[in-house]
Amino acid sequence: MAISTATETLNPRTWLYPTPRGLYCEPGDFYIDPAFAVPRAVITHGHGDHARPGHRKALATPETLAIMRTRFQDMPDTEQQALKYGESVKIGEVEVGFAPAGHILGSAQAVLAYKGQRIVVSGDYKRRPDPTCPPFEPVPCDVFITEATFALPVFHHPSDAGEIGKLLRSVATFPERTHLVGVYALGKCQRVIRLLREAGYDKRIWLHGGLMSLCRLYQEHGVDLGDVAPVSEAILETFKGAIVLCPPSAIADRWSRRFAEPIAAVCSGWMNVRARARQRGAELPLIISDHADWPELTQTLKDVGAPKVWVTHGREEALVHYARGIGIDAEALHLAGREEEDS
Amino acid sequence: MQAFARLLDSLSFQPARNAKLRLIETYLRETPDPDRGWALAALTGGLDFSSAKPALLRGFGQEKIGAELFALSYDYVGDLAETLALIWETDPAAGPPPTLGEVVETLQRATRTQTPAILKRWLDALDSTGRWALLKLLTGALRVGVSARLAKQAVANIGEQPVDAVEEVWHGLDAPYRPLFDWLLNGAPRPQSNAGAAFLPAMLANPIDRAELDALDPAHFRAEWKWDGIRVQVAASGGLKRLYSRAGEDVSGAFPDIIEAIDFEGVFDGELLVRRETAVAPFNDLQQRLNRKTVTAKMLKEHPAHVRLYDVLWLEGEDLRGLGFDERRARLEAWIAQKERPRFDLSPLVSFADWAELAAKREEMRADGIEGLMLKRGDSFYVAGRPKGPWFKWKRDPMLADCVMMYAQRGHGKRSSFYSDFTFGCWRDGAEGRELAPVGKAYFGFTDEELRWLDKWVRDHTTNRYGPVREVEQKLVLEIAFDGIARSTRHKSGVAMRFPRINRIRTDKPAAEADTVDNLLRLLS
Ligand SMILES: [Zn+2]
Ligand SMILES: [Zn+2]
Repeated sequence: MAISTATETLNPRTWLYPTPRGLYCEPGDFYIDPAFAVPRAVITHGHGDHARPGHRKALATPETLAIMRTRFQDMPDTEQQALKYGESVKIGEVEVGFAPAGHILGSAQAVLAYKGQRIVVSGDYKRRPDPTCPPFEPVPCDVFITEATFALPVFHHPSDAGEIGKLLRSVATFPERTHLVGVYALGKCQRVIRLLREAGYDKRIWLHGGLMSLCRLYQEHGVDLGDVAPVSEAILETFKGAIVLCPPSAIADRWSRRFAEPIAAVCSGWMNVRARARQRGAELPLIISDHADWPELTQTLKDVGAPKVWVTHGREEALVHYARGIGIDAEALHLAGREEEDS
Repeated sequence: MQAFARLLDSLSFQPARNAKLRLIETYLRETPDPDRGWALAALTGGLDFSSAKPALLRGFGQEKIGAELFALSYDYVGDLAETLALIWETDPAAGPPPTLGEVVETLQRATRTQTPAILKRWLDALDSTGRWALLKLLTGALRVGVSARLAKQAVANIGEQPVDAVEEVWHGLDAPYRPLFDWLLNGAPRPQSNAGAAFLPAMLANPIDRAELDALDPAHFRAEWKWDGIRVQVAASGGLKRLYSRAGEDVSGAFPDIIEAIDFEGVFDGELLVRRETAVAPFNDLQQRLNRKTVTAKMLKEHPAHVRLYDVLWLEGEDLRGLGFDERRARLEAWIAQKERPRFDLSPLVSFADWAELAAKREEMRADGIEGLMLKRGDSFYVAGRPKGPWFKWKRDPMLADCVMMYAQRGHGKRSSFYSDFTFGCWRDGAEGRELAPVGKAYFGFTDEELRWLDKWVRDHTTNRYGPVREVEQKLVLEIAFDGIARSTRHKSGVAMRFPRINRIRTDKPAAEADTVDNLLRLLS
């Protein structure tokens, strides 16, 4: 599956390696998802631990740039270069392209080619269908850099439809209470709304004010969210039996006191483990994740067929152990600025 | 099994009692026999399988994904049954998942050597929640925060019966309780109650104070000391001997000395105490005996249990609950007089002519082991529940101490967005000067408005956070009311309060003037 014979002679670590500011590509003189402001950045997607403000130049998909402008007051000081999926551009001596990562709207894997060698920086990804973005595309490569957020065999994310069914069943069981659903503002929120619509839920979905601007942006990009409205526009009675989406932190906040005996639902891959769900105060944990689970991670290693895999961003140890077990030359890659994100 | 698993899963995350009830009721209504009956047995502690030992589960896990990955997984999850449930993958070829009835009936017949193979087949067929529930059931660790009483309440609710009606027939029934569901849901006759060694729902008293007493005629009432022990029911019939808590929980196992001493037939209401010679030991001594699975000979010798009887509900085949208190009392006294029984004695009546005299006696009585007085109307029938009017408890005035708030924690359910659980302390001389030592924790006693105020105060004065707990500035004085105090080795300060609650918020008092631990120690009698 290796793309070139040069693999044997060229050590990939000589042209792409971690630095304190982030993953650096030397022959292109750019960083990928750097943790600090840099002269030139390639951004895989709009989440806060990947996309940061202040770069002089930023290359990303048009959707990711739109997300960054929404989050960072239009970014007037950043020279923005949009690159669609499937297109490529030369930066220095390196050919840079994007392939869909299936993580959130605009999310991409960065495909880097240099001297006949190809490295894929997959950013964050998942493999199951997501109604808000195109699916992950496996790109054959010499080195595959994978995330490992949920890289333990205990993480098997159940079907989205089943989890949404849990929420709707709870709404039917407790029709007089408000269901407060904690979701990450970018990606998870819009995906959960789409999943509810696909399950036939057509009532108005209420949103915490902090979720509005990104929802609007998704709608502008053709994601149909149906009837959504900010909580601030409603009178109290309406929330009995309602579904209200908010950032997870708002559930235990004073903001939540306006609702009728709220039930705290939290949507995240972490809900897979009971102690974690309890720690987050979830009364109704919903396992909906924008990251690959264990079967998806291991399947992806097989699909891309890279002889070398660098593991970053989570529980590297287990995935490295697994990859070595199937003959892959795997190692952990420690990157600056990656916190455990709300997934 | 899947429906039962979903129920357990929801229950384990739902802290609110009413919500738990609703979940159980919905399940019981929607699930056919015999599964719902087996589920009820599981929730009331009536199913006991110890078919899966930890070593077996660990072996399964290592076989599936290898020792190294299993160790990493277990280390992360922290619970063996859950780890195995999560790493196992559902096999679409394994056929339909088993029903709960199938699981129970199969395990009752299977031999120890057959169990592992059966278990693997089920794990293949179930989803991850199903596997978790199955493994919890098999390892006997079904902790989902549901008491037997709560489960019975849910059953009663679906048949629109009071829970006591279910309680009365309960001990005559066996899982999967078909006659119970037939009665509650399908109009079948009520199952025969077996009132011998069965628990008879207890009659409870309402609190009263001195001022309210003036509205009552003292001639209608009898007074007894309110003992600082545990209210129990002694029940014996047809060779069965039982000791129940006030809520109907069978605590016979912890008190073999009482059970052995039962040489009669009947149902009695009384107070469980630890007694040495003639003196009642402090409540702490009784606590040593509670919550113990096995009772050592030393424990039996040093903490001998005793029941002080104050009512009789059933005697030698006759139901006495329809008689007035005075008549039941006469029967009880006559019965006690027939034979000396060292483990049982009679709680005496306290004589009085008017409330003033009784109030004086209540003031004088400062002995250990007495919490106040019980007042019972002479003509009161024995009625389950807490009827208004016939019985009152007139507790000793609470003790008070001024303490300083140290930590606050968010509450549960409705109060989960408020800091409503408070840890408070008193001053003592520490290694580095004067310091606060925690002396207790209170989460009630305040009004909703005070709660909002306290919540805001906590948020505005936080100095540190540890998960759900906030440490606050040592500034706010809380007047704490409590019913008693005992030495405790589990508390840093060496003392433990009984029923502490927040009496007043003392914004007027500087923290430096709050009580010292020494002041509290002086209250120890
Ligand atoms: Zn992300
Ligand atoms: Zn990330």
